Amino acid sequence: MAQEQKHSRRSSEDEEIAADVNETDVAARKESLDDDVDAILDEIDEVLESNAEDFVKSFIQKGGE
Amino acid sequence: MSVSRVMGTEVEYGISVQGRPEANPMHASSQIVNAYASAQVAARRARWDFEEESPLRDARGFDMSRSSADASQLTDEDVGLANVILTNGARLYVDHAHPEYSSPEVTTPLDVVTWEKAGELVMLRAQQLASARDGTAPILLYKNNTDNKGASYGAHENYLMRRSTPFQEIVKHLIPFFVSRPVVCGAGRVGIGQDGRRHDFQVSQRADFFEVEVGLETTLKRPIINTRDEPHADPERWRRLHVIVGDANLSETSIYLKAGTTSLVLAMIEDGFIHQDLSVVSPVHALHEVSHDPTLKHLLTLADGRRMTALELQRIYLEMAQDYVEKHTGDSTDGQTRDVLDRWGSVLDRLERDLWQCAEELDWVAKLKLLQQYRDRDGLDWSDAKLHLIDLQYADIRPERGLYHRLLAAGRMRRLVDPDTTSRAESTPPDDTRAYFRGRCLSQYPDEVAAASWDSVIFDLPGHDALQRIPTLDPLRGTKQHVGQLLDTCRTAGELFTTLTR
Repeated sequence: MAQEQKHSRRSSEDEEIAADVNETDVAARKESLDDDVDAILDEIDEVLESNAEDFVKSFIQKGGE
Repeated sequence: MSVSRVMGTEVEYGISVQGRPEANPMHASSQIVNAYASAQVAARRARWDFEEESPLRDARGFDMSRSSADASQLTDEDVGLANVILTNGARLYVDHAHPEYSSPEVTTPLDVVTWEKAGELVMLRAQQLASARDGTAPILLYKNNTDNKGASYGAHENYLMRRSTPFQEIVKHLIPFFVSRPVVCGAGRVGIGQDGRRHDFQVSQRADFFEVEVGLETTLKRPIINTRDEPHADPERWRRLHVIVGDANLSETSIYLKAGTTSLVLAMIEDGFIHQDLSVVSPVHALHEVSHDPTLKHLLTLADGRRMTALELQRIYLEMAQDYVEKHTGDSTDGQTRDVLDRWGSVLDRLERDLWQCAEELDWVAKLKLLQQYRDRDGLDWSDAKLHLIDLQYADIRPERGLYHRLLAAGRMRRLVDPDTTSRAESTPPDDTRAYFRGRCLSQYPDEVAAASWDSVIFDLPGHDALQRIPTLDPLRGTKQHVGQLLDTCRTAGELFTTLTR
């Protein structure tokens, strides 16, 4: 029963995906995704600690629990 | 029958003093706890009461002798480190060299998320308070499990289980579940091996620190199934399963599924519903292998010779749980149990099809996606310090610096609990366990509560020479329904005590 529901859900999603794929869409989407990625990486660049190597090296913990 | 049971989590936070790697972590951890306690805990500070703790009791039925125990296993001796109880029913204290937040007892996976997230707010406020003092370097806190140099610290889950369930059944059916569980609730890590000597990405923070299948230790030779048996409830009826194999998660979905799916599997074990033997060959090694393969293609070998991926093994547990719930509660199944089953199935489907579809829900996928984007843009090798920094900073609890928090703010991680609810839970206990009684006593009678623990509240009352102990051995008593009205009407702790003991 559960198995059947799962498969029917999966195939309907596949149809949706298949329906809205055409080449211009893909190109446009890729471009907007690239912009998106650049935006989040730019934002994260700004908050990353400045000297990565020293920062990572100096993070020394004692075991716990 | 459902995801509901008495449960809670304990998280030890990574700690460092900015620019001072030589700083004493016990001292820094005490500063964190004391800063919060001084500012947030009213007047008299209730002590943690250790009387009921027995960390050397073993679920297999014997006590480890104190002299043969390693000093790090002795947590019940008050070593003078900071240790307070909060008005939300949680415990905030220094465990070894880390500040730790133990959530109040809750009964649903969503409440696990709420009160664990409330713990992050406690730590954040504590960090701000401790760092605001003149002349002190800022203290940084990380919700992760390793320094990638050989040290690990835990994020433990606790589940109350029926004592009548044979421990061997728990071990047998839980190990394959825990071996495969990281694909759903791993937190992701850059580095392979306890000291991270090999440069690559793995699914779990903790996997490499597990060395045996079953045992009592938590700091040495860590076991997949921990046998510590301290129910903090009637030991004739209950055991507390102490799970140490999980990662510290920031993602709400990861925390929710971790607690929800585990609770369901435990329910099936308690009801004797699991009939097939899913035992995995060399489970400790298998756990490492699952974690080391973010493509999720690694084939586990089962004792009966079958070979399958961790996703397929998780799917068997899912399908058993669907069947179990259908047979036991059917149409009257509660909403949260259905939701856990649906999300679990959906996550497994998407991980199989295209794992990036889980990037807004699961910690390890979110972290890997970010790392991969950096690798693509900057051509970085896994040995690059910047990737290690991203791994570490993902767990920084500060909203302005922590990368999980930046993703959340950018709408790239999904919430399950609204921020107002989490914020309220920083000072308010859950309604439906004894944590309600503990928390309300703390907020209402701060001067009269001398000490408290999971299973008691101890009052120092005017007119009484001795301290007066109110036991709270049943985790499901002392709820709002039981004592809400009573607490509303008793203006003093004396009145409360008289009414309760009359």
